[in-house]
Amino acid sequence: MTAAAGQVTGATPDTAGAVQRLLRRNTWTVGLVVLVAALFVFTKLIQPNYGPTGIQGLAISAAALALAAVAQSIVVISGGIDLSIGAMMAFTNVVAAQAMRGQSEETGVIIAIGVLLLGLCIGTINGALIVFTRVADIIVTLAMSFVWAGCALLVLNVPGGQASKWLTDLAHGSVVTEWLPKPALEVLLIVALTWIPLRRSRLGLSLYAIGSDKLAAFRSGVAVGRTKIASYALAGLFSAIAGLAITANTGIGTPLPGGYTLTSVAAVVLGGVALAGGRGGVFGPIVAVIILALIRTDLTFLNINSNLATVTQGVILIGVVMFGSLAAMRRSRT
Amino acid sequence: MTLTATDLVLDATDVSKAYGAVVALRSASLAVRPGEVHALMGANGAGKSTFVKILTGAVRPDAGRIAVRGRELAAHSPGEARGLGLVSVYQEPSVVPDLDIRSNLRLTDTPVERFRHWLDELGHPQLDLSTIARDVPLASLRIVDLARALAIEPKLLLLDEMTAALPADLTERVLDVIGRQRGGDGSVIFISHRMIEIAAICDRATVLREGVTVGVVDVTERSEERIVQLMLGDIEALPERADGHRAAGARAADTRPRLAVKGLGAGTVLEDVSFDVYAGEVLGVVALEGQGQDELFDILAGSIRRSRGEVAVDGAAVSFRHPADAIRAGVVYIAADRAEALLMQRSVRENVSLPGIAGVGRWGPINLGRERRQVSRAVEMLQIDARAGAEVRRLSGGNQQKVTIARWVTDGVHTMLCFDPTRGIDIRTKTQIYVLLRDLAEAGAAILLYTSELKEIQLVCDRAIVIFGGRVVAEIDANDADEPTLLRAAYNLRADAELPEQAVAEAIASETASVGDEPVASGGPSGGGDAPDPTRVEP
Repeated sequence: MTAAAGQVTGATPDTAGAVQRLLRRNTWTVGLVVLVAALFVFTKLIQPNYGPTGIQGLAISAAALALAAVAQSIVVISGGIDLSIGAMMAFTNVVAAQAMRGQSEETGVIIAIGVLLLGLCIGTINGALIVFTRVADIIVTLAMSFVWAGCALLVLNVPGGQASKWLTDLAHGSVVTEWLPKPALEVLLIVALTWIPLRRSRLGLSLYAIGSDKLAAFRSGVAVGRTKIASYALAGLFSAIAGLAITANTGIGTPLPGGYTLTSVAAVVLGGVALAGGRGGVFGPIVAVIILALIRTDLTFLNINSNLATVTQGVILIGVVMFGSLAAMRRSRT
Repeated sequence: MTLTATDLVLDATDVSKAYGAVVALRSASLAVRPGEVHALMGANGAGKSTFVKILTGAVRPDAGRIAVRGRELAAHSPGEARGLGLVSVYQEPSVVPDLDIRSNLRLTDTPVERFRHWLDELGHPQLDLSTIARDVPLASLRIVDLARALAIEPKLLLLDEMTAALPADLTERVLDVIGRQRGGDGSVIFISHRMIEIAAICDRATVLREGVTVGVVDVTERSEERIVQLMLGDIEALPERADGHRAAGARAADTRPRLAVKGLGAGTVLEDVSFDVYAGEVLGVVALEGQGQDELFDILAGSIRRSRGEVAVDGAAVSFRHPADAIRAGVVYIAADRAEALLMQRSVRENVSLPGIAGVGRWGPINLGRERRQVSRAVEMLQIDARAGAEVRRLSGGNQQKVTIARWVTDGVHTMLCFDPTRGIDIRTKTQIYVLLRDLAEAGAAILLYTSELKEIQLVCDRAIVIFGGRVVAEIDANDADEPTLLRAAYNLRADAELPEQAVAEAIASETASVGDEPVASGGPSGGGDAPDPTRVEP
């Protein structure tokens, strides 16, 4: 705790110290990774033939949710919340499937890019409404979730459409070894290529700043409104990527938003992002998504009634977060 | 002597601002010359903080013109002010808590080398830039904020009560560094409640009163008197007290105090406050803003916990964990902000009867007949104009305040804490409230009254204590408590204040010793984890 004393830390930062600090700052994420490892071991114990196929299935089912959790994380870090993520995913999912049907592979690529731009746009609309009307984030995004869900039904009122083949290929199979499913690698690549540079940019800094302390950010010269809009625009973009992930996985468009919105909030909380804003990252929530999916798998293996499994999932969520705040409280006291 | 407008670093003329019906600034002007340290002075409510917000671009003025180095402010945003070279440091550091220091520097485009240089000058050469701001002690964070502002090399640096909560050694360093800015390229606007600091480092002082710039004074050894005079204005003739002033000290020596406070402290603001309030007495509390009076009242009302000291009601030690505990012990609280106390969308009747029916263990049906009788008695007693009584928010501010008092008077008042109860209330209602407080005291209540209007002290109180830097610095009998005396005491000036140059630094040190006792490292709320302070935790 010498760093906390402010004035008495060593001036020469060595690598060991840096690693130590990195670990200390990401205790929660490290804890989650340990939990994932334990869950894998547990899964293997109760289901000895759990192997590449199981992991493949896990990656496919978790990919879209992981991207939704990234979208939610960005907004929550900036001090907001987005209840329209599920609806935006459904909307972009059906637009992609409907537009790709019967089109060539090349057109499919252009359509995919168009869908990403669409996500950016609808996210910007969410953010702009919040900033200019000064209505609370939760209300605007709840209302907009109806709007985007309605738009999805306007595009396709029953499941339909057809994804391009290159897109469905992305969701299936594995790379290098059968233990590394394609979707898992892709999600990691997408997030690493967007989030890491973003986090180091001035915009990324501003996102944390407005979520941490709006007044201090304002006084430091951050354009609070513009940054907030940017956070929702990014959420829209990641929702669109998630929507494409569903298209790739199912091969069609489904106009009904699944339970993605609230599960993304759960993943964000479990992933160590403070709902009050300013703290956390996107990797914690991604790990949290894996945990949620693994728990679900294990409960199935254990032959637990699926309704009861949902209850168990909720209880585990509260338990883990409670444990985390207790640990944090103890640490701040000593 | 006459400088053209473009020579001035800052030229603000006839700035005004009203919030609804409340006029915060009428006609404020401020001209800052190159290379000077300029003090902005004004008593509580003079419009100083509104003026600062306008200057820094946080608030848009209704009228008036503000130019920084001849270029007029148009957008009124902090970014614009910063771009023109105006940088501010506040009492609460504008550092983003969840980012490390280096990221905070990046956020404001601060050159790290120069930041290091100023950190050195300010006595913090060892600070690790990768520390999360939340983990840095508050006092050091204030220094970080100042060093960051200096590193930008602003044309105009605005320090808004920056030294108010700094330990003595750091205050000295800051004053030293700021003093050396005189005659340089940049200018400084310096706001402080400590007259002694003004005298030590400022060239000139602009004085605000009731939203108007009433004078600009060259700061010399003898200018203090003139500044106090300007801040006060012409003292109006006071209305006579409703009752004859009872001689203080008439109470028997063996009487037990109704409310006894001993060595009370909380956090870093409230240091050590002791006093007794007796039944039948109104004790006034006088303090400049932010001297710990908010914390004192919050502790006594049960809203926050104390970190040290004792409180006794009728001789029995109490420890309120919740406002309900205080109310049960007979200690009730009247806030300045009516919105804090009232259910604005509900009726006068519900608001008055709320404390009576919301008590713990009273879940049964409400005796409506009894409630109605009680409420009408209270409404009558306080002369509340309840014609618009269906929704409290539609009453005037004065009538709303009467409602917050009315809820406590029906069963007789035991101990009442009034925190600036007449803030923003018209003169007629004010007088009614004064009379009411006197009547309650006559009937045997003990009343603690904090007020930002100094003339209320002589009008209502039997005696007054003055709090400065979280400590009681004076106790004054109401007979002697005229405004100049109180204001002087509130600024912690001796009656015959006259300070030779060399004694200034020494006096600053002793004045701020209240906060200075504490080691710097444990000043922060979450920092300094290696030195747990057992006295901080309530047993």
